[in-house]
Amino acid sequence: MNAFFVWMTVAKIVAFVLFILTGGALMVWVERRLSAMMQDRVGPHRANLGRFRLWGLIHILADGLKMMVKEDFIPRRADRLLHALAPILAFFPVVVTFAVVPFGPTLDFAHLGAVNHEGPLFSGPWATTLQVATIDVGLLFVLAIAGTGVVGAVLAGAASDNRFSLLGSLRAASQMISYEVTLGASLVGCILVFGTLRIEQMVLWQHQHVWGILVQPLAFLLFLVAGIAESKRVPFDLPEGESEIVAGYFLEYSGMKFAMFFLGELMEIVVLAILLTVFFLGGWDVPFLFADGLHVDLPFLDTWVWNWPHGVVVLVQLLGFTVKVGAMVFLQMALRWTLPRFRYDQLMDLGWKVLLPLSLGNIAVTAVVLAALR
Amino acid sequence: MPYVVRRPDRNLWEQSYVPETVRGLGVTLRHFFRNVFGRRDTVTLLYPEQRRPYPPRFRGLHRLTQRDDGAPRCTACLCCQTACPAECIHIVAGEYPPEHPLAHVEKYPVEFWIDELRCVSCGLCVEACPCDAIRMDTGLHPRPVEARPHLIYERNLLLSISDTAGNVHTANPRKK
Ligand code: SF4
Ligand code: SF4
Repeated sequence: MNAFFVWMTVAKIVAFVLFILTGGALMVWVERRLSAMMQDRVGPHRANLGRFRLWGLIHILADGLKMMVKEDFIPRRADRLLHALAPILAFFPVVVTFAVVPFGPTLDFAHLGAVNHEGPLFSGPWATTLQVATIDVGLLFVLAIAGTGVVGAVLAGAASDNRFSLLGSLRAASQMISYEVTLGASLVGCILVFGTLRIEQMVLWQHQHVWGILVQPLAFLLFLVAGIAESKRVPFDLPEGESEIVAGYFLEYSGMKFAMFFLGELMEIVVLAILLTVFFLGGWDVPFLFADGLHVDLPFLDTWVWNWPHGVVVLVQLLGFTVKVGAMVFLQMALRWTLPRFRYDQLMDLGWKVLLPLSLGNIAVTAVVLAALR
Repeated sequence: MPYVVRRPDRNLWEQSYVPETVRGLGVTLRHFFRNVFGRRDTVTLLYPEQRRPYPPRFRGLHRLTQRDDGAPRCTACLCCQTACPAECIHIVAGEYPPEHPLAHVEKYPVEFWIDELRCVSCGLCVEACPCDAIRMDTGLHPRPVEARPHLIYERNLLLSISDTAGNVHTANPRKK
């Protein structure tokens, strides 16, 4: 463990945390503005710095300022410690999931201008993976962390001394636990196909073969649905159901504590988009782009290779990753502003009677096909 | 009589949820792209700059109409106070002394209070008034205040408010 490794890790953590926080703040604007455009409204556009309105982007600053100076209300009979702890516990898993996600292939600072013939993942004295932690149980880590998300929601409701909050957290608990089963089971097909639990290796497999969505289309759909249910957004926003239980488990929160729940929920969209990209859309893989440059394979013609420097390739791949994540975020936003909320029994029916059998069937079929191809 | 709620007819295609979701997404996206790149369909009114004209029968703030000599037309009959469902009108009646030029009218409101915060703008007080002394044709909203008591309007303030044409007298010649 040399100094370069340590410094690179610190730099990556700082960069990712900054990326996450600005991304979360940006999501507030994206949500408000996109939904306005989808519903024939104008959306936020009043906040300005002098003559600059920037399509309402300045509302982010105004929102942030408002959240910080708001009264931090705690109900008189609430459990003060748990009440303060719950937003942290809800926020933590969202941020930590980013740690094991590969944003790009290996980056070698010594050979930025040279053509890389070694393939996307390699090691060298000045090389670093664009991933905070390369651990060999990456996928299990993601699922384990996602499983702890429910703790914050339950604690928030239990500590608030409010019946609506308690109902909300009960709903959150049963919903998240039900859909976690599908969330995990839908990924088993991917594990079987990719043959690994390391997330960077999963992306590498997709880079060398085809994107996951082509070999596991059903798993993509199941993971998307279960993921949206995990993030507790419409059409699965029963824990918050405004018309029934006011705001659910974070009813008794205000100021920055509320902002943590709110930002956490918005960042979960980004997390889900990133996971979908990594497991099903090839991660940083850009079609026809390989570590040494562009390869164009046309039938009946020779493979045509255009060598690009290593730095440019990685940059384009990072861009490709961002575009895919953006597309997945947009898909979730569009779904959220299209569908009405489920009824509670429909939610449970969908989870246990439709999604779970489908994901189990997907595992069985995948296993049989893989065994037949062997 | 018990009856059976018929389930809506849906075929397997619709019931499988996914294709219909995709169709719904199409609608959402059509609106989105039209609003972002094409002509805007937004119906939002940018309020302080743009205002929707009020219809002529809009029930605005109350006013008390004046006689030609400036005295209130109100004869303190308490009909409006009785009719008001919100119980937000309070009148203290008084009597003109015999030598007063308006002695033939007999009664007048010494105090006339309307709590505009409790008022539900039903207009029953206007209907009830036999002398057209109270009207809601000002076209105004109660203006924002810093304390609730400031929205309990008293007699002289109500008498001073005019209708949209600037008239403080009755707008109904039949009642002259
Ligand atoms: S408008 Fe209706 S509620 Fe208001 S003062 Fe008149 S009668 Fe009362
Ligand atoms: S305003 Fe009209 S109804 Fe009310 S007390 Fe005066 S005269 Fe009677």
